[in-house]
Amino acid sequence: MLDSVSFIDLSLTNVILLFVVGFIGGMVSGFIGSGGAFVLTPAMMTMGVPGIVAVASNIAHKFPKALVGAIKRNKYGQVDIKLGLIMGAFAEFGMVAGKNVMTHIKNIYGDVGSNLYVSFTFIVILAIVGSFVLRDARKLYKLGDAAKNYKVTRLAKWVQSIHIPGTMMHFQSVKARVSVLFIAPLGFATGMLAATIAVGGFIGVPAMIYVLGAPALMASATELVIAFVMGLGGTVLYALDGVVDIRLAMIILGGSLFGIQIGAIGTTYVKDHTVKLVMGIIMITVLFSRFFYIPGYLSQLQLIEPVDAGTVTMLKMAGDGTLVLALLLGAITIVGALIKGMAEHRKQHEELADKDGFND
Amino acid sequence: MAIKDKRAAKLALLFGALSVALYILLFYISDLTIEWARLTRLGHKEYFIVPVVIALVFSYVHGTFTSHFWDMLGFKPAAKHKGGK
Repeated sequence: MLDSVSFIDLSLTNVILLFVVGFIGGMVSGFIGSGGAFVLTPAMMTMGVPGIVAVASNIAHKFPKALVGAIKRNKYGQVDIKLGLIMGAFAEFGMVAGKNVMTHIKNIYGDVGSNLYVSFTFIVILAIVGSFVLRDARKLYKLGDAAKNYKVTRLAKWVQSIHIPGTMMHFQSVKARVSVLFIAPLGFATGMLAATIAVGGFIGVPAMIYVLGAPALMASATELVIAFVMGLGGTVLYALDGVVDIRLAMIILGGSLFGIQIGAIGTTYVKDHTVKLVMGIIMITVLFSRFFYIPGYLSQLQLIEPVDAGTVTMLKMAGDGTLVLALLLGAITIVGALIKGMAEHRKQHEELADKDGFND
Repeated sequence: MAIKDKRAAKLALLFGALSVALYILLFYISDLTIEWARLTRLGHKEYFIVPVVIALVFSYVHGTFTSHFWDMLGFKPAAKHKGGK
């Protein structure tokens, strides 16, 4: 089957489009630890790239991007390398399992079945986690300065209180000892989600925040280490199948490395709740995008009355448009936070200089 | 936008030039990369290393360039070690 895989000819429009989507996706990744991938794969497929090549090339751009982002945010003291590597290792197993489930569903129900499964996963995960993240962001925002005394959730306190001999490890982000037995399923689920919807961070980041008790800024930075480990493993697997189109991957990387730097810089100007807000907004918008695809899939599986092809195409376009909107909303919030933060920072410096009488 | 940091500008120029050179090289060997991928599919598994190495080299050179690029324009972090609080 793989012998028939073909790589597309690149037009200038395609190159520019991939570069721009890469840039915006990179910015969101630098800020919330993941993102962009869910737009890139469909974008590439629209250009005529076969599904498997689109997924493989997407992953091949992800691991170097995550590496660069992780190094950058490590300089700001936001990365818990140990937690990232351990979760990343378990995530590798999750990815293999996720890929097997996908292949299994595809073999039984065909492409439409696996598409429906992906949409269903999107909706369930994003509805639960997204609303939780948004609610938390709102709560923190309302608390304002009182939120400075960072509080871990009751669940995280319980997890930190459980002592299982021989499995305990200290993590700097959590500032406590946690059993690896709790980290294993979280890493596994992150990997499984990454293999299913290409964005493992939608589980990984909230899991580190709410289950382990890490601050949002550190969780989103540590997710980049997980993404690197998963991405490298995934790239090697796909490269062994010879389905990575490195030209496509490097064009996206060209844009995304600009984006990831600016996203990472943005995190130094914001409070924890802004990271949660951006993540929540993106998750909920992506969630709504999936509703547009479902009638088409159900109709193809003959589970509902047939929907005409024109309507399905229209709905799909609306879904793709909503995905782009999710990324743009995230990017605008990040740029807004960055500009506002830089201006405030400058003002504070000037005021301090004025007070000291050093300013002319 | 005005250049705010001259040292960063010099480094951005150096790594930017290197990065452009790499992209030109990639464009130049693009047919070859397709051929290597095809050979991998045919059983020459050793070629799997090609995309992995290309990705790592690009991430170092282009990543260093983009970092200095934003530094040059004055986009710098607020303060070090602020994370986690």
